[in-house]
Amino acid sequence: MISNSVNLPDKAKWVWRETLSVHRRAPETRIASSLSSIEIFVALYYGGVLNIHPTDPRWDGRDRCVISKGHGSICMYPILADLGFFPAAELDRVCKAGGILGGIPDPIIPGYETVNGSLGHGLGVGAGMALGLKRGGSKQRVFVVCGDGELHEGANWEAIMFASQHELDNLHLIVDNNSIAMLGFTDDIVSHAGLVKRLEAFGWQCLEVDGHDVLAVQEQLLSLKAISNGRPKALVARTLKGRGVPGLENEALSHIMAPKAELLEELLKASDER
Amino acid sequence: MSVKPRAMRDALLDQIHRAMAHDPKIFFVSADFGSPVLDRIRADHPARFVNVGVAEQNLINVSAGLALEGYKVFAYAIAPFITMRCFEQIRVSLALLSEVRPMNVNLIGVGAGYSYVVSGPTHQCYEDITLMRGLPNFQVLSPSDHITTENLFGICAGTIGPKYLRLDAQVLPVLYADGPPDVTKGFHSHRRGRKICLVATGYMVHTAFIVADRLREAGIDVGLVDLFDLARFSAKALHDELSPYQTIVSMEEGFAGRGGLDALLYNFLGHSALDAKLINVGVEGGYRFELGSRAELHEQVGIGPDVVTKRLLQISASSSKTLPPLNGGRPQ
Repeated sequence: MISNSVNLPDKAKWVWRETLSVHRRAPETRIASSLSSIEIFVALYYGGVLNIHPTDPRWDGRDRCVISKGHGSICMYPILADLGFFPAAELDRVCKAGGILGGIPDPIIPGYETVNGSLGHGLGVGAGMALGLKRGGSKQRVFVVCGDGELHEGANWEAIMFASQHELDNLHLIVDNNSIAMLGFTDDIVSHAGLVKRLEAFGWQCLEVDGHDVLAVQEQLLSLKAISNGRPKALVARTLKGRGVPGLENEALSHIMAPKAELLEELLKASDER
Repeated sequence: MSVKPRAMRDALLDQIHRAMAHDPKIFFVSADFGSPVLDRIRADHPARFVNVGVAEQNLINVSAGLALEGYKVFAYAIAPFITMRCFEQIRVSLALLSEVRPMNVNLIGVGAGYSYVVSGPTHQCYEDITLMRGLPNFQVLSPSDHITTENLFGICAGTIGPKYLRLDAQVLPVLYADGPPDVTKGFHSHRRGRKICLVATGYMVHTAFIVADRLREAGIDVGLVDLFDLARFSAKALHDELSPYQTIVSMEEGFAGRGGLDALLYNFLGHSALDAKLINVGVEGGYRFELGSRAELHEQVGIGPDVVTKRLLQISASSSKTLPPLNGGRPQ
């Protein structure tokens, strides 16, 4: 278990900065959707939520973290390197020949469990893992991080129904609810309004949180993890796509926008000075 | 030796049921599809059985998750649904993922070809060989009787990797009453002949026997091979088996010229430097809604014994060295 002594807000700022640095070196990466999920991953990986061994990524006793919104998890690259899953030198060759860190993460990366980025698969695979663990009498938990646009994929709802039917209270879904898909706001495409109530209606234990308040995210995840009531758990995290980058933050088309190199330099310089 | 024919699925499910008693790592997942033998699995091993409901996408993803937790998974549904409804789940969560993380998942599709005769094209399945052999790390198994099917269980339980078994929904006559084929070789030679060899898979092996008998009556001895492993057959053994022939006839209950058994053999002949010509027997004319018996439907789409025998007799009689082209799409 990673120490609770990490200052989570400071760590989140560091990850934000490192994520911009990765994007500056590899502009092919999706930056906006990777900035909304930073506090979620910081809480999971530094907040004492996930039981993991970075030097033994497939340790049997680990909690499984399935990162279904693969493309929107570039912020995991500095996190995994920082924790020792792989050498930090990998961060210098993102999207380059010979590297392991691509534009959309694959399970060749130590710390990634499944193939991600093709959306809507992680929750079903996570439900299968949770069923296998539960039926085998194992105590490890499964966490799945997905985006809200991703919830348009119907396979998620097959898994949502399945998980409550089989009382998979070892399964935790975290929705990075940045409210924007690729071509605009989900409310204008297919709305997820009332998502908490929808998930509750499907039999899930569900909480909502400000997804950029890393301490609140940590607290909610720890409280959900402590509950064993036969209901799968979901945390809907209200977030901002492209957070902290002017022109990108909460912009309808931010998914496919890349900030100018000069802006990145400016933001990185300013964060250095802070 | 007389062996009573059984449904392929029941023969396989019996093996699975037996193995579950001593192998705690076998898990069975159904998409609301059953069988009397499956009832015994549900009753005797409820902790390692789950019915995901009418939800094939979830069937595949749940199976992948179970396999990642170390289970040998058998996933069970109607053939067109377990292959086509969830093809991207198969590609991402089984084919791609198993390249990095070893998984043993066996997809059992019941209802190959026209075996759901009166249900029409939604439940019939003429594309599965093409699709599943298009995934380069999938083992595709297409048995012709229940003896072969039950003997494939060892490969399913004992081999890591994703596999697809296409099973007939009808009870087919026994072809291996004297003993099962060598499943590690991937094919079985039933007859040796001169010049022409029929290479069939699944139900079409039975058609090939009828065609071979009729050609024999016409004085033409043809070879007959049952190719039941469409991915991992022994290339050397098949090369040796086919090398005496001038003409190879592929016979499949799937679309002709669309990447199925015919494409497999076309590529095989090229790669193994065999100069035999290929005639492909497969479903022609695209999707159809006609009703009739399986035999009647087969004659309509170009794969029944009458139409195939006639075609091969014409080819045999022709002195021309020009063979008809690979068929595909609608007939002219």
